[in-house]
This record gives sequence, structure tokens and C-alpha cells, in this order.
Amino acid sequence: MQTDGPLHHDADLARVLDGWPPPVLDPAGPYSEPITVLAWALLIGGTLVLALVLVALGVALFGSGRTKARLGGEKAIWIFGVACPVVVLTGLLVWGLTLTSHLSAGLPTGKEMRVRVIGEMWWWRVHYLDAVGRETVRDANELHIPTGIPVLLELQSADVIHSFWVPRLGGKMDMVPGRTNRLLIQADRPGIYKGQCAEYCGGPHALMGFIVIAHDPADFARWRASRRPAPIAGDLVARGARLFDTVGCAACHTVRGTPADGMAGPDLTHVGSRGTIGAGILPNNAGTLAGWIADSQAIKPGNRMPPYRQLSADDLRALTAYMASRR
Amino acid sequence: MRFTGGMIGSMAVLLTGCDAAALRPAAADGAAIARGREAAVRLGCGACHVLPGVDWPRGRVGPALSEMGDRALIAGRLPNRPDILAHFVRDAPALLPGSAMPALPMRDRDATDIAAWLGSLHAD
Repeated sequence: MQTDGPLHHDADLARVLDGWPPPVLDPAGPYSEPITVLAWALLIGGTLVLALVLVALGVALFGSGRTKARLGGEKAIWIFGVACPVVVLTGLLVWGLTLTSHLSAGLPTGKEMRVRVIGEMWWWRVHYLDAVGRETVRDANELHIPTGIPVLLELQSADVIHSFWVPRLGGKMDMVPGRTNRLLIQADRPGIYKGQCAEYCGGPHALMGFIVIAHDPADFARWRASRRPAPIAGDLVARGARLFDTVGCAACHTVRGTPADGMAGPDLTHVGSRGTIGAGILPNNAGTLAGWIADSQAIKPGNRMPPYRQLSADDLRALTAYMASRR
Repeated sequence: MRFTGGMIGSMAVLLTGCDAAALRPAAADGAAIARGREAAVRLGCGACHVLPGVDWPRGRVGPALSEMGDRALIAGRLPNRPDILAHFVRDAPALLPGSAMPALPMRDRDATDIAAWLGSLHAD
């Protein structure tokens, strides 16, 4: 079979977006577990209180005169109107705050992996940091983590308020311009965990997705070691690389190791290895890449990349092959 | 030169080097059609094509695929037969060099299922 460079023949990757939207009550780590416990407790508790109120309502409407009188008596008001809410709500407050106190993080302790994630309209900049906070690798819309250790996310925004949310791995945290909010996530098992911007941020907000890929620690070390710019091999890919620098792509995108150093859009040094394109919304393959390059506005209306309808079929295939080869 | 079905089939084999038998669809049944639609959505065909009955994405790079079952030709060039269509959706540049549609990674069954689904799309 003729190919346009390395193709994803990885069935798992093609299914990266299966199961969308991500389940919210299916925790996969210690930072989402307490949220699920709290959610169920509130749901069940709320249902019991509702049942109690309905029973009281029934008694008030249909009860005998004596029970009505007792329900409206001073003692009942003190017990059910004041004491119960004070005790239940105070208990819930203390329990809830205790249960979730470790979900948002303070300053790094040195035990966590550190990543800075910056919300953009309408995608995510991902900067892997070393223990002292220096950038090591840049990527976008996808986060690779090892299983079993906490990952400290330093959440920022470049424009408006976004909200980072990968429901199976942790809580939801706003990304506020001018601030750094810290959130801990952790995956206990390898897998692909989906996320979604959870604060309306304009136009294609609903198409601002994210994926976290959790590897067991040995696989993660291999993945990390593989983060070097891929060589430009083959005529089609070389032609795509030249086009990238001449038709305008390089003005907004960086491909490390080449003259392309634009900063407005996602870093594309490793775009071919990502599971999705368009920020967690479509599987990444030669077809979706070509469709995105030629007319991303049809896929994600309002996003900031202009359509490239002026490309010839040959040029489009060459650019697509180049992108797919940036692994 | 007039193409016969057999010649086209042989061409497809020669051009792609694939096993044509693997891509010879069985009579399209409802299950294959349903799987084909699911595969087209999963692989992201909508990035370039409007897929009938699929709300998003509605790509405009290539032709809308509605009424594909009624078309005489694939991409204006190849006879619209299920086996050729199955080859085409997986490896368009092998059958039509110069096409902007890239070769797409998919299983044999995805290709035949998608061809079955496309063949089932008729005008109302």
C-alpha cells in the first residue's frame, strides 16, 4: 500500500476518542475518588432530605389535627427547622472540605511531576517542567504522565477564563488570566483519559477538548526519551517541510529543529504522534490532518487558523505527510 | 479505452499490492452498513466530507457523500463498485495519483464496511 509517510496504524489511537464525553463519576485516581464519594453522598443525602420534606408536606396537608399541631409546634421547628440544618450542613461542610482539601495543591514539594498548562482560545499549551520549574518539552492538547505519582499542574490562561477538567483524574480548576492555579491529578492505571474545557470561553468552547495519556513508568521514560525532533526523510516530507516555511504555517507554528518558530498556535514538533487534532476533537490521521490544514473552519468554526484552500492537491498531501511525520 | 470490471479489479491489485480478495465485500447487509457508518465517524471522514446523518464535523474539502450509492463514478474517474470503493477509501492515491485524499490507515473490514455504507446512501 502506498503511504504518505508514517501512518497511525494503531487501532488504540484511532479509538482515542471513544467514550466521549468522559464519565464524571468513574474515578481513576486518588484525586478524583473523593469527588465521586462527595457527589454520591450529596445525592443520597439530598434525596433523603427531599423525602423527609415530602413526608412533612403530606402530614401538613392530610394529617390529623393532632399531628398537624405537633408538626407546627415550637419543638418541631427548633429540631427540624434549626438544629437539623445546622448539624447536617456544618457536618457536611467540615467533611466535604476535609475530604477534598488535598485536591488543589500549594507550591511544589519536589515529589510531583510538574507541568504548566496554559489555556488558549481554544486549545491548550502544554509545557513539561523539570523539578525546579524550567521548561523541558513543549507540546499541545495532550498530556503524557506516568501512573502512580501525583502530577502538579500549574494552570494559567493566555486570554480569557478557561477551566481544566479531566474528570477521571482530578477536580476541575479554572485557568484565570494573570494567575497560576495549582491542581493535582493522578492516574493509577495506564490509559487514555479525556478532558474538556469546563468554562465557556467563546465560540468553539465546546470543541476545546484534551487528552491525558497515562503510561506505566517504564513506558513513560521511553516516551520522554523519544521527544526529539524527527528527521526529515523522503521527498514528499521534504517538500512538505519547505512548504511549511513558505506558505505561512511557520508564522504561527514552531517545529523545533527547523526555522519555523511561530508562537501563536500549537507547537507542531510532535504533532504526528498526538492522538487527536483540533484540541482533542478528532482522531489524528492523514485524512483529518489534511482536512484540518485545508479547511479547519469547517471542523472548528471560529478557531484562529485560516483555511488553506489555495493549496494544490500535491501541496496538501506533502504538508499532510510532513505533519504526520513529526512524531 | 474502455475499462471492464475485471480490468479495474486487476488494476487495483497491481496498483495497491493489496490482496483484493480481502476487500471484496460480501453482499452489503444492515450490520455492515451500520458498522461502516460508525467507522467513517470514528476515523474522522467528516473532517473533509459531509456525512449524511452526521451533525459534526461537516467538512468541505472533499465532496459531500450523500447519494454516494447513486453515483456512477468515484471521484469522477472510477466505476462506483463496492470493491473499488473499498480500495479507494483506504488508499485513494494508489488508484488516483494526484488526489488530495491521502491513504488512510484502516482495517480491511473498515474499508469494506465503509464501502457498504456509502453504497447504501441513496436519494430520498
